[in-house]
Amino acid sequence: MSLPLFKNDEPLVKPAARVLSLPARLQKRNLTFGPILRKIATAVVPPLVTVIALLLIWQILCDKPGATLPAPTVVWKEAKDLIVDPFFVYGTQDVGLGWRVLVSLERVGIGFGFAAVAGILVGCLIGQSDWAMRGLDPVFQVLRTVPPLAWLPISLAAFRDSSPSAIFVIFITAIWPIIINTAVGIRNIPMDYRNVAAVLRLNAFEFFYRIMIPSAAPYIFTGLRIGIGLAWLAIVAAEMLTGGVGIGFFIWDAWNSSRLPDIVVALVYIGLVGFVLDRMVGFLGNLATRGTAAS
Amino acid sequence: MERPYLKIDHVSKTFQRGGAVSEVLKDVTLVINKGEYVSVIGHSGCGKSTLLNMVAGLLPVTSGAILLEDREVNSPGPDRAVVFQNHSLLPWLSVYDNVKLAVDKVFSGTRSRAERHEWNMHNLELVQMAHAKDKRPGEISGGMKQRVGLARALSMEPKVLLLDEPFGALDALTRAHLQDSVMQIHASLGNTVIMITHDVDEAVLLSDRIVMLTNGPAAHVGEVLEVGLVRPRKRLELVSNSQYIKAREGVLKFLYERHRFVEAA
Repeated sequence: MSLPLFKNDEPLVKPAARVLSLPARLQKRNLTFGPILRKIATAVVPPLVTVIALLLIWQILCDKPGATLPAPTVVWKEAKDLIVDPFFVYGTQDVGLGWRVLVSLERVGIGFGFAAVAGILVGCLIGQSDWAMRGLDPVFQVLRTVPPLAWLPISLAAFRDSSPSAIFVIFITAIWPIIINTAVGIRNIPMDYRNVAAVLRLNAFEFFYRIMIPSAAPYIFTGLRIGIGLAWLAIVAAEMLTGGVGIGFFIWDAWNSSRLPDIVVALVYIGLVGFVLDRMVGFLGNLATRGTAAS
Repeated sequence: MERPYLKIDHVSKTFQRGGAVSEVLKDVTLVINKGEYVSVIGHSGCGKSTLLNMVAGLLPVTSGAILLEDREVNSPGPDRAVVFQNHSLLPWLSVYDNVKLAVDKVFSGTRSRAERHEWNMHNLELVQMAHAKDKRPGEISGGMKQRVGLARALSMEPKVLLLDEPFGALDALTRAHLQDSVMQIHASLGNTVIMITHDVDEAVLLSDRIVMLTNGPAAHVGEVLEVGLVRPRKRLELVSNSQYIKAREGVLKFLYERHRFVEAA
């Protein structure tokens, strides 16, 4: 912990001295930009400093001869084409990481899409019916602890093809948190809303989309967010074993041909894409549940 | 007297939880005429709300029957619209859409889209909430929410309007305001109303009759008081009205002399 702090101090001292002289002139001309710039700075500077610090530590640790892992400078030198151009196409198997990520995302999209629809429906069922809850919940509680990859041999045997198998693994990984969170959301629908529905004589379908879905939306989106995270975790592992063009197989392939710098770049890609996916579902959730939070 | 409009006929209600059986209401009989405003008053926990929920059809009766225009009530429906104590508007819908949900459900077969919109706005205007039609329930005050809840109930054109302590959660000034609104609406539309309350002044001010329930368990109708005051009633003029004072005294004596609320009974 103390190391990054030391590193923080050094670069900060110099800009601070320069920035101080600037506002004196800027204050009169540019009143509106000051606060915005400061806001951006407070959001960007700390992570930037951390990243630089980590890169430096990494560089120091891996720069000596005989180091087992490549240092950042080596990664940059050897995998520059992967970093700079995500969308190059040199041949059917030699394509940029952007394309590979897109292939993986497509699988995740299909698997997660099915998981979302099925998970919400099943969640509504076991949230609404005590008997479905008693019958299905114990089964789900056991099944959800099975690691994603343990499903792979079974799905390979069932589908006899790698792509649907990978999609099935995504599906089975992502569905549990969606089911469980949806069920909790349905159970927590206030009695008042149920009474309103009863007085209005809403039929089952109207009750589903007028009351159940909006009321449980915050819970459902929590489930979806956990689900997409797990799905993205599982795709890499599944693709390592099933092959193809995805990012997971790329890592496995790079490992087999000892291209460690490529793996490092792929890891960064995976991390960034996972982060974006998580934020996207979070953003959608905020958008969809604006009203429900304030009652 | 004409044929009874709403008849609560020897209704009893017992709740069973595990092995414990508790009798909440016993042998409640009440006849309500069309256009009448009836308040049900009693100490908390005596089963007022249970009675209302049974009329609404949200709870089944254990024995006896509730008849509305000679038809037995055994499920909820828009002909017995309820205004709930805590407004229970759907927070993800705007004020307009909350009412629209009811209007569309009740009148989708009989009125055109334009007519339904007009009816929707008419009801919002009736409770003076048309100006906030695009707001969400989270953005308006408690009194306003209760007004919208009232508009939603009125929009169903119910045979009986059921008010479950509609003003209970409001401050005194807002409450007075809403009571005046309800009086106006009742005067112009002539609704049949059953109101649950524990506020003596409210009961006397608004009702034609006040039904007083004894303390539970096994609460029953202790007394029924006719409030003979002429309508329209003015809050300020009634303060010194001898008839008003007598009615108020009658209810108070029932509640605090004959059927005192026994704490932790």
